[in-house]
Amino acid sequence: MEILVCVRRVPDTSENEIELNAAGNDIEREELVYSVNEADNYAVEEALQIRDRVGGNVTVVTVGGEDDEEVLRRELAMGVNQAVLLSDEDFSGSDGRGIATILKDFAHKSRYDLILTGVQADDGAAQVGGMLAAMLDYPFASLVNSITVEDGRLKVSREIEGGNREINEIDLPCVLSIQTGINEPRYVGMRGIRQVASVPIPTLGASDLGVEKDSVGEAAAKVRRVGYFVPALSKGAEMLHGSREENAHTVLELVAARGGLK
Amino acid sequence: MARIFSYIVHRGGVVDDSAAELAAVARRMDPTTPPSAIVTGWGVDLDAACNALLSSYGEVWKVSNEALSYPNAELVRQALVSILPPNSILLVSHDHFGIDLSPGLSIKVNSVFVSDVLGIDGFEGDSLRLVRQEFGGQVSAHVRCDVSSGAVINVRPGAFKPEQVTPTSSVVLDKSSAVGALKARRRYLETIVAEAGDVDITKHNVLVSIGRGLQEKDNVVLAEELAEVLGAAVSCSRPVVDAKWMEKSRQVGSSGKTVKPKVYLACGISGAFQHLAGIKGNPFMIAINKNPKAPIFQVADVGIVDDVLEFLPELTNKAREMRGVAAK
Ligand SMILES: Cc1cc2nc3c(=O)[nH]c(=O)nc-3n(C[C@H](O)[C@H](O)[C@H](O)COP(=O)(O)OP(=O)(O)OC[C@H]3O[C@@H](n4cnc5c(N)ncnc54)[C@H](O)[C@@H]3O)c2cc1C
Ligand SMILES: Nc1ncnc2c1ncn2[C@@H]1O[C@H](COP(=O)(O)O)[C@@H](O)[C@H]1O
Repeated sequence: MEILVCVRRVPDTSENEIELNAAGNDIEREELVYSVNEADNYAVEEALQIRDRVGGNVTVVTVGGEDDEEVLRRELAMGVNQAVLLSDEDFSGSDGRGIATILKDFAHKSRYDLILTGVQADDGAAQVGGMLAAMLDYPFASLVNSITVEDGRLKVSREIEGGNREINEIDLPCVLSIQTGINEPRYVGMRGIRQVASVPIPTLGASDLGVEKDSVGEAAAKVRRVGYFVPALSKGAEMLHGSREENAHTVLELVAARGGLK
Repeated sequence: MARIFSYIVHRGGVVDDSAAELAAVARRMDPTTPPSAIVTGWGVDLDAACNALLSSYGEVWKVSNEALSYPNAELVRQALVSILPPNSILLVSHDHFGIDLSPGLSIKVNSVFVSDVLGIDGFEGDSLRLVRQEFGGQVSAHVRCDVSSGAVINVRPGAFKPEQVTPTSSVVLDKSSAVGALKARRRYLETIVAEAGDVDITKHNVLVSIGRGLQEKDNVVLAEELAEVLGAAVSCSRPVVDAKWMEKSRQVGSSGKTVKPKVYLACGISGAFQHLAGIKGNPFMIAINKNPKAPIFQVADVGIVDDVLEFLPELTNKAREMRGVAAK
C-alpha cells in the first residue's frame, strides 16, 4: 500500500507557556519549543505499522519552510521511506484551504492508496484532512482510532462521544484523520536522527507542483487571524499564596468541608 | 444578508442542546430573521426531530432518505450540497460529527470554513469576525472571514447560551426530492459502547484528576495514594490515557466520561475545553499547575501554582496526619 502522511511542526502546547508579544498581534515566537504535532506522530506510526503488515511505502510531506525539515528528518529516523518538503514564498500565509490545495497538487503527482493527517494541529482547526479529501474526491473519516486493512478497503473505528466507537467500512483510496492514542509511537533518539542526516529531502515549489498561484498564499486566504488576545479571567480562581504546607492544609480543609476526607 | 441555516443532528428523533444553541447563534448574526434548520433522517424519528425544532426555528427543512437513517457525514454532505442555496451560512456543532462533516462540505460548496467558534464579533460588509482559541485555550484569536460565497461555521458546544425564542410562525418544508441517489463509499457498520472499567469515576464525590503534568506513569501512584486517604477516585485527562498510564474508563472529557463530583482536584491539567466538557454539575474545583497562566485557573475556584510532584505527597502526608493515619 502506498501511504502518504501529512505532518506539521508546531509549537508544543505542553512544553510552552504561550504568551502574546508586546504588540499583541501575535504570540511570542522567540524561544518556543517546537515538535511534530502530536496527532501527526501517531499518524506516522500507524502508517509504518500498516506498511509493515501489508507492504508498500510511506511518504511524509509538510508544507512549510527550511526549519520544518527537522520534523521530516525525525520521521525518516522513525522509518518512513521518503520525506518531501513543499516550500515556496507563494505558499506563505495560506489558510487551511490553501494548505489543502498544495497537498492536493502534491498527492496528484503520484498515486496514494491511503492518505493520513492528524485530527488537528495545536494551532490548527481540524480542517486540512477533510478539505484534502473533498478536493481529491476521496471518501474521508475523521477521529480514527483503529484501522484494519481488508481487501480493497479498510475497516476503521472513529472516536465518538463518551469513549464510544463508530465502526465504518471505507473504500480505498481514502483520507483519514488520525486521533491521538491509536498506537504507541516508537521512540526516536538522537542516534537515529544522525543516521538519516545525509538522506536527501527533496523540496518542491509551486511550479514543480503546478499549484495555481492565486489559489494559495496570503492573498487567497479568506480566513485570517486578525489579532490574538488572552481570554478574560471571567471569574478566575482564588490563588493560594501560602507555603506548600499551608496550601496543602487549606486544600484539605476545603475538601473536608465538602464531604471528602471523612 | 446571506441566509443562515443550522444543521441539527438527532438521535432517534431527539435533538440535543446544540439545536437551541445554534438558534441563538443564528439570531445573534441576524436578529431580524427567524432562524432556519436543516435536518436529515428517515421515518418517525425524522418527524419527531422536525417537530421538536419547530419551537425554536421558523423554517425546518427536512430531508427524508433511508440512507440517512444513521448520520453518516459522507452522505449528509452529499445531501447538503444538493439543497443548500448558494452563498448561505451553515452552522454546525463542533463535535465528532461536525469535525467529520464540515471541512469537506466547505470545499464542495466553495465557501469558507471556520472551526470551533466561541464568539461572534459581527459583520463588516462581506466579512464576518469571529473568536476562536488556539494552543489548548492558552490564547484566543479574532478571525476575519470572507463570507461573500457563503460559510460553514462549526460552533463550540456550550459556548452560546440557548435562547428559547419561539418564532411567531413555523413550518416544515420537505426538500427530500432535491436529493438524488447518495453514493456511500464509507458505510456505517455499528457502534461499540465503551467498556466499563474497574472504577466508575461517574459515581464518586471527590476526584483526584491527573494530567500530562504528572510527567510519567510511575508518578500516577502519587495520585492514587492521595485518593486513598481522601476516599476519592483517580480520573485523568486524555494524554494520560493516550500514553497508557491509565485506562480509557478513567478519562474525563468530550471523548471520555462526563462526571459530576462535588470536589474536583485538577493536578497538572491545562484546562482544554474538551476536558472541561466532561465536568458537569459545577463542582468545587481546585487546580494545581506550575504555569500561572494555565487556562484551568480561569475556571477553578481555588488555584495553586506549584509542582504537582511535590505538592501531591505533601497533601497525602497532611491528610494522613489529619485522619490520624501514620505516614508511611
Ligand atoms: C476531538 C478531541 C477530543 C478530545 N477529548 C478529550 C477528552 O475527552 N478529555 C481530555 O482531557 N482531553 C481531550 N482532548 C485533548 C485536549 O484538547 C487536550 O489536549 C488535553 O485535555 C490536555 O491534557 P492535559 O491538560 O493533561 O495536558 P497539557 O495540555 O499538556 O497540560 C499539562 C499541564 O500540566 C502542567 N504541568 C506540567 N508539569 C507540571 C508539574 N510538574 N507540576 C504542575 N503542573 C505541571 C502544564 O503547565 C500544563 O498546564 C481532545 C482533543 C480532541 C481534538
Ligand atoms: N502545513 C502543513 N503541512 C502538512 N500537513 C499539514 C499542514 N498543516 C496541517 N496539516 C495536516 O492536517 C492536520 C490537521 O491540521 P489543522 O487542520 O491545521 O488542524 C495536521 O495534523 C496535519 O496532518
